[in-house]
Amino acid sequence: MGEILRDAWVLARKDLALELRTKTGLASALVFTALVLTVFNFGRDPTAVAALDLAPSILWVTFTFAAVLSLNRAFQLELENQALDGLLVSPVDRRALYLGKLFANLCFVGFVEAVGLPLFALFFNISIVHVLPPLAALIAVATIGFVAVGTLLSALVIRVRFAELMLPVLLLPFFIPPLVGAVQVTARLFSGRPLSEVSGWLRLLLAYDLVFVSLATLLFPTTVDE
Amino acid sequence: MTLKTRGRAITLLGLVFLAGVYVRAIWFTPVERLQGGAQKIFYVHVPAAWSTMLAFSLVGLASILYLLMKDERYDRFAAASAEVGTVFACVMLTTGPLWAKPIWGTWWTWDARLTSTLFLFFLFIGYLLLRGAIPEAGTRARYSAVLGIFGAALVPFIHLTVYLFRTLHPQPIVLKPSAPSLPGDMLATLLFSFFTFTILYVGFVTQRYALGRGDSHVG
Repeated sequence: MGEILRDAWVLARKDLALELRTKTGLASALVFTALVLTVFNFGRDPTAVAALDLAPSILWVTFTFAAVLSLNRAFQLELENQALDGLLVSPVDRRALYLGKLFANLCFVGFVEAVGLPLFALFFNISIVHVLPPLAALIAVATIGFVAVGTLLSALVIRVRFAELMLPVLLLPFFIPPLVGAVQVTARLFSGRPLSEVSGWLRLLLAYDLVFVSLATLLFPTTVDE
Repeated sequence: MTLKTRGRAITLLGLVFLAGVYVRAIWFTPVERLQGGAQKIFYVHVPAAWSTMLAFSLVGLASILYLLMKDERYDRFAAASAEVGTVFACVMLTTGPLWAKPIWGTWWTWDARLTSTLFLFFLFIGYLLLRGAIPEAGTRARYSAVLGIFGAALVPFIHLTVYLFRTLHPQPIVLKPSAPSLPGDMLATLLFSFFTFTILYVGFVTQRYALGRGDSHVG
């Protein structure tokens, strides 16, 4: 297991180095996040719906849309010059390959979320400082779940026609449990309710992470092997 | 008898039984006291939901078997079952609102069971779209098996998610821990309809499976 994690980390670092050198992917994802937040603000009637009522949904829809966009490029990157074949013939465990992609995607999406969250607080005038530790933990738990599924599904669609469209179609049903759970917990956090009210949702989110990270790690080798 | 004609024969039998279900449900089953005529749709809606669940569970099972044995017959069965399941899901999703409008006063509500089945439907539309987008048979079988297993794992999560909201849908009356709480006449019609829809499922899947075999011979 130690070796798998070490290899996964090396692969993740490769992806992140690639990302940091070009910066186009990261920059577009950040601009996209800022734009979605702005568009949503105008997508409501401010006299009828208070910003706070919609805030948790807007936050999570923005995060999940940004994640779908970022996930599209995870394996697309490897199609150029048959880099994927190179990875597959290298003496690396397939599970390390999946975990590497997962780490890299988590860093990418996590960075977008880290920039998106203060922007959201600014635009919607919501004080997040006093709930920051539980909110950050919640974002981490929910993000791990949907990025784990997204990483595997993005490997499925790369060789498929209309991959950019196919990924969201396949992925959005899988976003329902983490999205709904995260919105519920976020709403309670913003309104200062105790976390014990949402213990069911928290357990659901944790179980989702556990099931889908293991299932994806287990099934990834069959997915990429001819 | 070839598989295709056998499938046709089973389907034909299912259709005759379906006519029987209609006759029995309309003329020989008592009218429900509170819901009146609208309740009759129950004899089509619930069995359609049963066939949908049967079809989609078998897709999950066939996906697991395919990845274990790499036998293309499991993949062909999964494809057939997913298509047929989607058709039954359409029946379920259209008869539901028809009943809900007079009884609940709304075509649609974000109730636990409605939402889970709707997402199940989307999931399988996605499954069929993915199948349609991959030309190479081996890759298609592998990818759709992975998606089929993921879908099967998602179903309990979606159900739990929407269950944490309040539910408006009538509770199960046949498959539940205590004895069925339905008058004998109604129960008989319902069970007959369950049987009919299962026959229809088998008939459709057999025909589609036979067609799939033709595909692979041509391709």
